[in-house]
Amino acid sequence: MKSLILKTVSTTLLPLLILFSVFVLLRGHYLPGGGFIGGLIAAIAFILHAFANGLTQTRKVLRMHPGFLIPIGLSIAILSALAPIILTGDPLMTGLWYEKDIAILGKIGSALFFDTGVYLVVIGVCLTIIFTISESV
Amino acid sequence: MSEHLIIYPIIVHLITAVLLLFFWMKPKIQRYISILGGGVGIVIAALLFQRVWSSGIQSIQLGNWEAPFGISMVADTLAVSLILLTNIVAFALAIYSTENMVSSRVKFGYYAIFHFLIMGLSGAFLTGDLFNLYVWFEVIIISSFVLLTIGGRKIQIEGAVKYFTLNMISSIIFLTGIAMVYGATGSLNMAELSRIIPEIENQGLIQTISLVFFIGFGVKSGVFPLYFWLPASYHTPPAAVSALFAGLLTKVGIYAMLRVFTLIFPLGEVNQIILMVIAGLTMFFGGIGALVQKDILRVFSYLIICHIGFMVGGLSLFTEVAIVGAVMYMFHDIIVKATLYMMGGVMFRIFGSTKLRNMGGLMDNYPRLSLLFAIPLFALVGIPPLSGFWPKVSLFSASYTAGEIAMLVMFIFASLITLVIIAKVWNKSFSKDAPKLERKSSFKYFEDFSFSEKAAYVVPIIILVGVTLYYSFFAEHFQLVAARIGEELMNTEHYYNAVFGIK
Repeated sequence: MKSLILKTVSTTLLPLLILFSVFVLLRGHYLPGGGFIGGLIAAIAFILHAFANGLTQTRKVLRMHPGFLIPIGLSIAILSALAPIILTGDPLMTGLWYEKDIAILGKIGSALFFDTGVYLVVIGVCLTIIFTISESV
Repeated sequence: MSEHLIIYPIIVHLITAVLLLFFWMKPKIQRYISILGGGVGIVIAALLFQRVWSSGIQSIQLGNWEAPFGISMVADTLAVSLILLTNIVAFALAIYSTENMVSSRVKFGYYAIFHFLIMGLSGAFLTGDLFNLYVWFEVIIISSFVLLTIGGRKIQIEGAVKYFTLNMISSIIFLTGIAMVYGATGSLNMAELSRIIPEIENQGLIQTISLVFFIGFGVKSGVFPLYFWLPASYHTPPAAVSALFAGLLTKVGIYAMLRVFTLIFPLGEVNQIILMVIAGLTMFFGGIGALVQKDILRVFSYLIICHIGFMVGGLSLFTEVAIVGAVMYMFHDIIVKATLYMMGGVMFRIFGSTKLRNMGGLMDNYPRLSLLFAIPLFALVGIPPLSGFWPKVSLFSASYTAGEIAMLVMFIFASLITLVIIAKVWNKSFSKDAPKLERKSSFKYFEDFSFSEKAAYVVPIIILVGVTLYYSFFAEHFQLVAARIGEELMNTEHYYNAVFGIK
């Protein structure tokens, strides 16, 4: 499926979709959004790119094996879950919040890091699956 | 930090699994990390056991949300003893896997999934929330499905399809039961349910709902008539995986039954009879099934089913002595069944087959190994003073004092039929002359192994046999632990007070 239109659009859409996925990730917690859906959107961005330009091109854009994102994301999530035990002595997964508002991001807490972990794991899993399937076809 | 000790058995295996994911393509390093993780797991489980033993049931509220709104993690004596046994078996299997698992399987993430499975088991034992229990069951099922299919041989896929279908159905039934409980009571916290359920007027409805749970857990533990998936799938994966499944997976179902039927829905009279009948039939059909099998691993699978009957039977009598017997039997069964499958793996390497007719002469050719294998086999039968004998004493006397002579007869029948089966296995593989078979050219036999490869197969078996011997000669220690578990299970206020922090 080598179409010029798709190719042109996908190069523009890739950064846009990733930006949108980060927006959805940050919007989570109180509003609809969060790590899972954000991760899916980011994965779609790369999959669209792969459809238009071929797998080798997308691998170049990614620079690393997508499977590697899974343990990284899991580590971030585990650390954010363990943070209350280490920092304040509260039970696992207790929400820790930084008091002051930060520009653009809003309030930052351990939940955001957990969601970021989920975001990376979802991208990793989706891309690993899709890449493996399209390689073997 | 030490006040959060309850959660560490889960965290240790989670961290180990994630570390293993970082070393995805390096099988050698993965082996060491896995053994290390198993060792740390044992230490933490022992610490937790010591804590619970000296200062009573511990609880923690995840995310600091107060019970009954958040998820409680509760460590009572039953949970921590099972976690300790799980970690011992996991450690032994981590060593066993170093040679039993070929690198190509390790590269598909065997070790990581192995530790995710142990994490799921620890979580299932610790959780104090019904829905959370379901989530841990899902973690266990997904991990076990991957372990079952890794390698992708045709026979494995065939076994896995049966396994997965029935376990999925059981999960759905379990989930339906949870929905019914939530509809009837408005809570899923086990401690709170133990107070709400007795106050509900329509106890008939409650007992019916509890049977939905029984079906759900029954599929997982392999009771009659829901056991067909078990012998169809347990002999297909490599021995290390089968040993893990045989030792621990069916016991999770029994654990859930023990927890649910003592804490949440104390057994009513009708349910007691239903459980008794099913326990009896499980022992009967498991025993008869094992009698006619010609493959040693399939014999062991049917024996698992047969012996599940002892534990369900103990629960169905619903007296403290019977529950003590069931719990003691579970401790013995976890260790011995895992050992049996590990033995099966060694015998496969010795004879190049798991068919009984291709075996023989083990006693002449490997006298020391035969002595080692004799211990779990005889312990399974329950020859005194080996470990199988002690729980049977409790179970027999409990069924006699309860006046359930039919149950007693079934217990004795199952013990006898186990004796017959083990005698047959002994006869065919240990004492009869070795059959003249052509050696397979592309197969690595046990006698060709180097010393370290042999050690990787035999050392974990020695570890588990050591635990069996400890159980046999110091049975009073296990009796003490089981007695305390029985007391805690039958008096639910300990559990309730621990969760709600009432001194």
